[in-house]
Amino acid sequence: MSEEYILQMKDICKSFPGVKALDHVQLNVKPGTVHALMGENGAGKSTLMKCLFGIYQRDEGTVIFNGEEVHIQNPHDALMRGIAMVQQEQAPIMDRSIAENIFCGRYPTKKAGPLTVIDHKKMYDDTDKLLKEVNLPFDAKAKLSTLSVSQMQSVEIARAVSVNAKLVIMDEPTSSLTENEVADLFVIINKLKANGVSIIYISHKMEEILKISDEVTIMRDGTYVGTYEAKDLTTDIIIQKMVGREMTNRFPKRENVPGDVVLKVEDFTSINPKSFKNVSFELRKGEILGVGGLVGAQRTELMESIFGIRHVVSGKVTYKGEELHIERPRDAIQKSIALLTEDRRATGIFGVLSISDNVGVASLDHYIKNGLVIDDKALEKVVDDNIEKMSIKTPSHKTQIQSLSGGNQQKVIIARWLANNPDVLILDEPTRGIDVGAKYEIYTIIADLAKQGKSIIMISSEMPELIGMSDRIMVMCEGKVSGFVEGKDATQEKIMALAAQYM
Amino acid sequence: MDSKKLKSFISNNAIVIFLVILTLYVGFTKAGFFASKNLMNIAANVAPRFIIALGVSGCLITRGTDLSAGRMVGLGGVVAATMLQRADYSDRFALTAGLPQLPLIVVFVIILAMTAVFGFANGCVATYLNVPPFLGTLGMQTIVYGINLVYSGATPIGGLREDYTAVSSGSIFGIRYLFFIALAMGLIWYFMYNHTRYGKYMYAIGGNPAAAEVSGINVTKMLLRIYTNAGIMYGFAGFLLAAKAGGASVNLGLGYELEAIAAATIGGVSTTGGIGTVPGVLLGVLVFELLKTCMQFLGIDTSYQYIVQGLVIIIAVALDIRKYSVKK
Repeated sequence: MSEEYILQMKDICKSFPGVKALDHVQLNVKPGTVHALMGENGAGKSTLMKCLFGIYQRDEGTVIFNGEEVHIQNPHDALMRGIAMVQQEQAPIMDRSIAENIFCGRYPTKKAGPLTVIDHKKMYDDTDKLLKEVNLPFDAKAKLSTLSVSQMQSVEIARAVSVNAKLVIMDEPTSSLTENEVADLFVIINKLKANGVSIIYISHKMEEILKISDEVTIMRDGTYVGTYEAKDLTTDIIIQKMVGREMTNRFPKRENVPGDVVLKVEDFTSINPKSFKNVSFELRKGEILGVGGLVGAQRTELMESIFGIRHVVSGKVTYKGEELHIERPRDAIQKSIALLTEDRRATGIFGVLSISDNVGVASLDHYIKNGLVIDDKALEKVVDDNIEKMSIKTPSHKTQIQSLSGGNQQKVIIARWLANNPDVLILDEPTRGIDVGAKYEIYTIIADLAKQGKSIIMISSEMPELIGMSDRIMVMCEGKVSGFVEGKDATQEKIMALAAQYM
Repeated sequence: MDSKKLKSFISNNAIVIFLVILTLYVGFTKAGFFASKNLMNIAANVAPRFIIALGVSGCLITRGTDLSAGRMVGLGGVVAATMLQRADYSDRFALTAGLPQLPLIVVFVIILAMTAVFGFANGCVATYLNVPPFLGTLGMQTIVYGINLVYSGATPIGGLREDYTAVSSGSIFGIRYLFFIALAMGLIWYFMYNHTRYGKYMYAIGGNPAAAEVSGINVTKMLLRIYTNAGIMYGFAGFLLAAKAGGASVNLGLGYELEAIAAATIGGVSTTGGIGTVPGVLLGVLVFELLKTCMQFLGIDTSYQYIVQGLVIIIAVALDIRKYSVKK
């Protein structure tokens, strides 16, 4: 086993139902270096790291860490071996002190007679030392909830340092940090490097990557593109390698003709100051408006606010000339607006209910006879029509939706919204986690809806999809609209540039 | 059926299978078990328990619970009893002694309205105050008991009117009224759960509360209705139980919610939410009543019966949760 690498991941494969998330991916990290891992949303970066850290189990491939082949079963196992991870979405224990959070699960102990008790003094002293080392001016005894989100992120990084890991994985570590805090982080990273620690750094922020990394591995669609020396790269080269794919006939022919403006969103500002600000856009009849941007651009938050799931502090929505007052999803639905949410497992499907129930749930009011009884026959006909029209593959109407594939589940949810005959459909990542074949079917459905005169907003993090399906593309960055691109003029480079504009 | 499916069937229905075997054993070895008198008794016991379980089922299906059921049954029974004592009874309850003799139906409606209000309160606590139903209804449990104590002073209420006790003891074509009452409620609730928006929205909320909101369901309004309906059912059962026992005291209904919840779970209502049927609830209640009757026929001391019942409750919920835990 060579000392050349602290970590070697060879031919890693990982599949989820219907999706091959990792297809023979390679990653080789040298000791004492910062190795960046880059790729678009869905390229497989997080999945690869979760396989390394033991959150997922890989299907195939070898992992060699610190000279020996390993099969890491869970995060505790990873930590014991010397691999730490600072995740994008942490779950800190708010009501406990900073020290307790840092030493969670490995509190220093001492003996008090026959009993083993926690050595609070050592814990606080060690924490104070650690915080000083990483230049964080906090009190070890302070409750974690007194810190801001970015400060909490810094504490997480401090924790990774304290574990004395040989390899630290940082997943979007600067997403909520200010410029000064980022500079402090880089000081910590360089200190770690000097101590022989390696860092795998996942980020979309190109400038940062080029500043801090030694090597960069680029992934695309679950496959390995290549590993390059950071000094040989520029932003343009990175973008080109991340997105470079040929545009074959992955998209159906679109025959929709955008008409007059039907929906106007003016000056929408979220109640959360870290979310979207002053967003304005228009939507035309029969138009497909793509919405592009990176993770964290606040696109989902914007659409959820328009639909009434989240709140805004200012802003106006005008629909066909009438100003709308949407306080909750019910109000939006009544005005003929539909929202296909981003995470169908969390807010879309009713897993244990049947296909019929999943389709009918939002439109039952239209299928009532005698004021009380649900017209099962009429509803079943609607379900039948949709199963046929959208080629939904299911053994029967009564099948639980959770046993369907992701693509078919998504079609069922689309059918749910179509049952209400909405005029405006907001689709948030409509083909996420869906195989290529089903994707095409969904694109066909979308194109057909637009042709019928429905207006569609489509949030997508997949470039080809955005360009292949949109009449116009709105790009967001850090909560602001960074620009619009006409569908026919859109290129991946243009969109990426707008998506990273304010970073 | 291959062995894996068989194993799965047995584990999913273990308790029912156990009860079938036990019932058959007791039935064939003990005299009188299969006699019509005993079967009618079982049916009469099942009826009010079934009504309570129907009420609780809505709370369970929407991922909540209702620990105040038993005490509400008690309050319903006690208040009903105080209003339906014989005019010539020597030991009439002081507070209602001066009341005229009200028609049964009027008292019935008053009881339902009373427990409906408490049920509505449970719903408000769970929705507007965001208190987890487990804790909210636990508090209500004690409040209702306290109200019962204040009202009745812990005096047992007896000397009930004959038309009132006839509600339980009376029969038509040899079958007790209680059976028909329970049947009617079963049919109504079956209709509600399967053919109305109320039922569909209830299952949706239980299946995925976040998705229910996104789909435009008025989750708050639905939960208020569910808890209010539950309250109504508890009052109903209390009214019947006082008639059946010929009297009521502040201890009526003590602990009934645990049995109702266990029965619902045995009958297929899942703690994960969104799952459960009316026939299932009936089956669960039947299983529990058969368990009690079998133990009586086997001569098992009532004290031991508690232990067995408790074990069945734990096993029922454990088996239920096992069905839905997935290995990653």
